[in-house]
Amino acid sequence: MPTSVEDLINPGVDDVIADSKLHGNIDPAQDQTMVLNMGPQHPSTHGVLRVVLEVDGESVVALAPDIGYLHTGIEKTCEAKFYQQVVPLTDRIDYLCPMTNNLTYCLAVEKLLQLEIPERAQYLRVLLNELTRLNSHLVWLGTHAMDIGALTVFLYCFREREEILRIFEMVAGQRMMTSYFRIGGLSMEPPIDFYDRVRNFLKIMPEKIAEYENLLTGNPIWMGRLKDVGHLSAADAIALGVTGPPLRASGVDWDLRRDMPYSGYEKFKFDVPVSQVGDVWARYEVRMKEMYESVKIATQALEGLPDGRITADAPKIILPDREQMKTQMESLIHHFKIVTEGFAVPAGQVYQGVESPRGEMGYFVVSDGTAKPFRVHMRNPSFATLQALETMCKGRLLADVVAVIGSIDIVLGEIDR
Amino acid sequence: MHLSDFQLFVLITIIKIAVVLVITLTAVAYTVLLERKVIGRIQNRWGPSRVGPFGLLQPLADGIKLFLKEDLMPMSVERPLFVAAPVIALACALVSVAVVPFGQTFKIRGVDIFEVSNVNIGLLVILGITSIGVYGIALSGWSSNNKYSLMGSLRASSQVISYELALGLSLVGVVLRAGSLNLRDIVNSQIGHGFLSWNFFGGLQFVGFFIYIMAAYAETNRAPFDLPEAESELVAGYHTEYSSMKFAMFFMAEYANMLTVSCVATLLFFGGASSPFEGWIPAFGPTWLQAILPIFWFVAKVFSFLFLYIWVRATLPRFRYDQLMSFGWKFLLPLAMANILATSLVMALRS
Repeated sequence: MPTSVEDLINPGVDDVIADSKLHGNIDPAQDQTMVLNMGPQHPSTHGVLRVVLEVDGESVVALAPDIGYLHTGIEKTCEAKFYQQVVPLTDRIDYLCPMTNNLTYCLAVEKLLQLEIPERAQYLRVLLNELTRLNSHLVWLGTHAMDIGALTVFLYCFREREEILRIFEMVAGQRMMTSYFRIGGLSMEPPIDFYDRVRNFLKIMPEKIAEYENLLTGNPIWMGRLKDVGHLSAADAIALGVTGPPLRASGVDWDLRRDMPYSGYEKFKFDVPVSQVGDVWARYEVRMKEMYESVKIATQALEGLPDGRITADAPKIILPDREQMKTQMESLIHHFKIVTEGFAVPAGQVYQGVESPRGEMGYFVVSDGTAKPFRVHMRNPSFATLQALETMCKGRLLADVVAVIGSIDIVLGEIDR
Repeated sequence: MHLSDFQLFVLITIIKIAVVLVITLTAVAYTVLLERKVIGRIQNRWGPSRVGPFGLLQPLADGIKLFLKEDLMPMSVERPLFVAAPVIALACALVSVAVVPFGQTFKIRGVDIFEVSNVNIGLLVILGITSIGVYGIALSGWSSNNKYSLMGSLRASSQVISYELALGLSLVGVVLRAGSLNLRDIVNSQIGHGFLSWNFFGGLQFVGFFIYIMAAYAETNRAPFDLPEAESELVAGYHTEYSSMKFAMFFMAEYANMLTVSCVATLLFFGGASSPFEGWIPAFGPTWLQAILPIFWFVAKVFSFLFLYIWVRATLPRFRYDQLMSFGWKFLLPLAMANILATSLVMALRS
């Protein structure tokens, strides 16, 4: 068990290539290894991840992930926008959980503003966040299964994901880049038929998860590919900053929703699935169980949804109703002011962490008292989890690398920002 | 004009070759369509449905597309072998159809018209030619000068060689029962009591059949043994660098191999072209119907094997390399040997 951080520092791409030259003897007959470049265009690196591998036949001697192919400068862009204009940018970080990113950013800024969010908005936020988790886990399951070679599960997962995206479209008008949350609440009331649609979906969802499990869980080939592959010990996981399902699969019982509740999560009853094994199979099991828990939380949020406002009572921060804006002078002034010069946020700095489908998603926002953030930094779960790739894959076969990349469920947009 | 017997034989054989070639290639094209359609339905979607009624002209469109594509050849490839590899693969896949009897013996002036050539070691010919097909894959991977291609072809070669053993041994039980390597004789040994006298049921060769079907899936590099072209690991495996018709030839070779394997399964375990009610229902209808009907049964059986192939592909995940090897050597091979032992014991006791 490596205890010092030095042991866990990953080699870079250059190190792997240089190492390969060291391992390779000058005599070609003695040269046993070759450098294999996986990505950035590769079917199973989930976007534009590049992994440089030193392989001896089929087994991996060393590997280094290379990131930055999807760098879009979102953090820097945030500094040029008003606080409310940053929300659409947060969608683009992670195309699989836009709602979670919206929420994290809004919570962080609301902390600075010390806004009181009405309970109805909190419940809706929780509901949509759990739907987002289901959405993200469905894509994970589909692509993970496809990497292992089970093609059909992907289409089944996307069938249910489609329904989630339609629900998102209902509330936000957008399927993926929702930007539905606002600083201080939500952008608008959900339409009337939203509730029935979500209720129906949550009713059938447990059956569907059982259907996926039916296709995969007992399958000997699936078990053979996942069990005893890509071990990550609890100590390594903590040292590398791994969070979320991979951390819980390594036996650390840590879930921000329960341990550091936000947005009213303390009012919901749910279990946190934990596994002690720490291999790819454990991560699969933990995520599958999490999907059932998400359905539970979303059902509680839907059934217990209180009446009331969906925005905080802060007219200088929240855009007024269209109706009011056209009839009341004061509202028109507020509207004009917010749109043209934003709203000032008290100076200070704040960190807000949220349990995203991939782990701890955190926003660190620094305000200098103006209407634009001085600095927005995102702490992304995929970035930390990707660090563990080398620890999990070293000495394994090439096919295991694919299984491990699938199991850590990374989104490159989130890593590169 | 009067033709001598030899001239007639040559003429009819050429016609047979042409007809069988055209039918096989058409079957290959439509197997691709069948696969896309069936997998589509399994996966909750339609599959090709735009070109022609029910997408029936899709193979034609695919063919035209592949013909018209630019034939790229990277600078660093070993040119002669790079060109030869797909030819070897496709030729070997197509040649093995030559010894398959499609119907029951039906002679016109002494020439059997439902089989291109009746070789007395037909089974060995098929096994041998499919093994040569590995050269196409091995050479393509080596000559491409691409690491993914190389790994794909290495996987393919070792996989095919390993599973060839189990494949060959699984057929020994059938050969023992028939006492011949001639495919026609093997089929004739399964005629008498309808489907009960097929090797699978009456011959108690179901263990042999399952070994055969698993080894055959590995032999043709199909799911769940499609490691050589495992998309998620090796991009496209040995044909990564191929484009246009050269790629199409590999593609056709894969499906032609599937057809051959299904034909062999039909011939060896399911009574070939014989009807499941042979011997129970007397022959009926005019002579041409009696000649055509066995072909119907043959095609139906081959079709169901192809369907099984496709079904398995849509259902199962892929093996890992080491698991594949241990499955072949530690499970299939001993099982095949046990099957030979059991079959010969039963036969010795019966005689």
